Amino acid sequence: MLASFSLDALELPEHLERLREDVRRFLRAELEAGSYTREPSGWDRYDPAFSRKVAAQGWIGMTWPRQYGGHERTSLERYVVTEELLAAGAPVRAHWLADRQFGPLLLAAGSEAQKRTYLPRIAAGECYVCVGMSEPDSGSDLASIRTKATKVDGGWRVNGRKVWTSYAHKAHLMNLFARTSPFDEKDRHSGVTQFIVDLDGPGITISPIVNLAGDHDFNEVLFEDVFVADDRVIGEVGQGWKQVSGELAHERAGSERWLNAYGVLVHLIDSAGPHPDAAAAEKIGRLVTHLWTLHRMSFSLAGLLNKGITPAVEAALVKDLGNQFDQDIPEAARQVLTEEARAALPEEDRFDEMLDRALLYAPSYPIRGGTREILRGIIARGLGLR
Amino acid sequence: MSETRALLTETAGRMFGDLCTRECSEAAEAGTWPEALWQSLSDTGIVAAAVSEARGGAGAEPADLYALARVLGYHAAPVPLVETWLGEQMLASAGLPPIEGPTSVGPVLRRDTVRLERHGAGWTLTGTLKRVPWGRDSTALVLAAEADGGARTLVISRQVLRASRWKEGWSYAREPRDEITFDGLRISDDCVAPAKTGWGRGELFFRGALFRTQQMAGAMERTLELTVAYAKERVQFGRVIGKFQAVQQQIAALASQVAAASACAQGAAEANAHGLSRFEIAAAKARIGEAVATVAGVAHQVHAAIGFTHEHALHRSTRRLWSWRDEFGTETEWQAWVGAVAAQLGGEGLWPYVVTSRKADLGVALP
Repeated sequence: MLASFSLDALELPEHLERLREDVRRFLRAELEAGSYTREPSGWDRYDPAFSRKVAAQGWIGMTWPRQYGGHERTSLERYVVTEELLAAGAPVRAHWLADRQFGPLLLAAGSEAQKRTYLPRIAAGECYVCVGMSEPDSGSDLASIRTKATKVDGGWRVNGRKVWTSYAHKAHLMNLFARTSPFDEKDRHSGVTQFIVDLDGPGITISPIVNLAGDHDFNEVLFEDVFVADDRVIGEVGQGWKQVSGELAHERAGSERWLNAYGVLVHLIDSAGPHPDAAAAEKIGRLVTHLWTLHRMSFSLAGLLNKGITPAVEAALVKDLGNQFDQDIPEAARQVLTEEARAALPEEDRFDEMLDRALLYAPSYPIRGGTREILRGIIARGLGLR
Repeated sequence: MSETRALLTETAGRMFGDLCTRECSEAAEAGTWPEALWQSLSDTGIVAAAVSEARGGAGAEPADLYALARVLGYHAAPVPLVETWLGEQMLASAGLPPIEGPTSVGPVLRRDTVRLERHGAGWTLTGTLKRVPWGRDSTALVLAAEADGGARTLVISRQVLRASRWKEGWSYAREPRDEITFDGLRISDDCVAPAKTGWGRGELFFRGALFRTQQMAGAMERTLELTVAYAKERVQFGRVIGKFQAVQQQIAALASQVAAASACAQGAAEANAHGLSRFEIAAAKARIGEAVATVAGVAHQVHAAIGFTHEHALHRSTRRLWSWRDEFGTETEWQAWVGAVAAQLGGEGLWPYVVTSRKADLGVALP
């Protein structure tokens, strides 16, 4: 298992470095034009206008076939672009899930009509997707979902309730997981089907679930006799879990797992100044060593994905380490710049706001996208312990 | 990995596996030089791996040496291979002839002061070196020193070393770490040469740290393997302990740290192909050093009482991890150095620097 992290001479072609420069030039221009700033919430901001600009650069659907609006570039190129966007705190949340997961899912399991309908719109930065997995009684135990799709003439009738659905109130589509045959304890992962659901259709009620920071990101999505046509089934009926397992590696391996609090580190370095004392230098330095390590690990994973390998265990491992990093940043920041030191910062300094956001969101990172315990269970399985 | 490198590490791995027995390890810890092991390593060209073909050796690339250092660490081989390679690298860079036999290097501590002074047609050396790896077993000691306002490389032969004052010491793994005092030791001029730029005392510290990161990554891989194997065989409460979630979660945390260490070691070695990779070495030594607490901690917790015995092999890896994390800069020292680099770069300057494969040396002083 660990051999995957010993990739000999990591491929670093010149063109990847040039691509980084392209992204930075684009971001500098956007920054100067005032179309975005580095905000406390970093890249986790829904900004359709910005997403369309990213699309215009050819940076959404980068690896997809041209016939579906893609750009036929490599996973490593996509990795480099996304990492640069996230590190700069560019507001790319709107198209994120569609680009990262939904597009690849349709390419792998979707019908020709689905690919033609959705992929070009996603690649243009105009179609956003949320994922309907969790339910009130199904968190980590996703196989236990109860939202039910019943066969009717020409399609399915959906009833149930999804929760923790990020940005359902802003997305166009939901990638819905619903049970299409009764739960079977002997085959827990069968009988679940993936559907494409238009969120503005009848029978769907979206209500906010405000988080502890006072923000509206999560939603509850209620389905009451919602009709979903047959041609909106993704892949095969009952095969939803099989189809999703590859998707999870994409979801967990990327730099979005450890670049959530990065803006705090940027500000911390500037606020601590060019000559930090030894204790401050140590704490900042420690974070930087972790940053370099995580960058290297995620990049290695992108290299594996590029070769068509699905590194599920390694992806779990990187997410576990990355989540810890997102929590370590605010923890170190509050110790380097104490309450006393923060009070002495200039009026216009936004460090406090940055720290506030990072600290309050910290508990969420090892929960969303697979809890720490689930990830470690996957790692243990990879080691042959279960 | 290139085919030759794979072959080299495989050969070395087999040899270490055959020869690094408990008897060998225990004898070495009791103070007996592991001659049979060393002889085999010499015969297969591994000892002279760092010696270029032009200098009469095997001419392995530095990347081969790092890969071998990892194998060495994995097998907890009680021999100064890394130090011998480092010595040869220093000699070659200064144009001094190669040495046959185990070699050590110094100073390994930044606080050590040794004074090299002109004396007639030769030189004198005064001062104390501490924690010299395998000092007592070395055919020669290669030193980085300052003299006449410039960096020098010098070599002290065994006969001359013997005449100096000695105090034997040990690492946690009971590898020799000796103290040598020179009182105006006479050194002939042909044993001293100006050091090439980039081969001074500070750079030795980085290079030593780089080799230690490789050894530590290897030792961690072994530690993980031992731990997983034990968790799969030890039965309590009617099942193997690896079936308990509490144990699984701990071992997964250990594995994450080992994976991070592995990536760091590889990253620092690769980056070094473009010139001394100061940042990557510092980051890797700090990150891997930090990981030791979890790696050794969980491994021992899972092994419980048996892992605390001298009988069990686990401590051959964990005691080395405890000593190597302190040598050539402990994690907090390297963290502070990396923090100073970050302070120079500034907040927005950090990212491009971290992700580029060709980093400028910002000239930050050593920790």
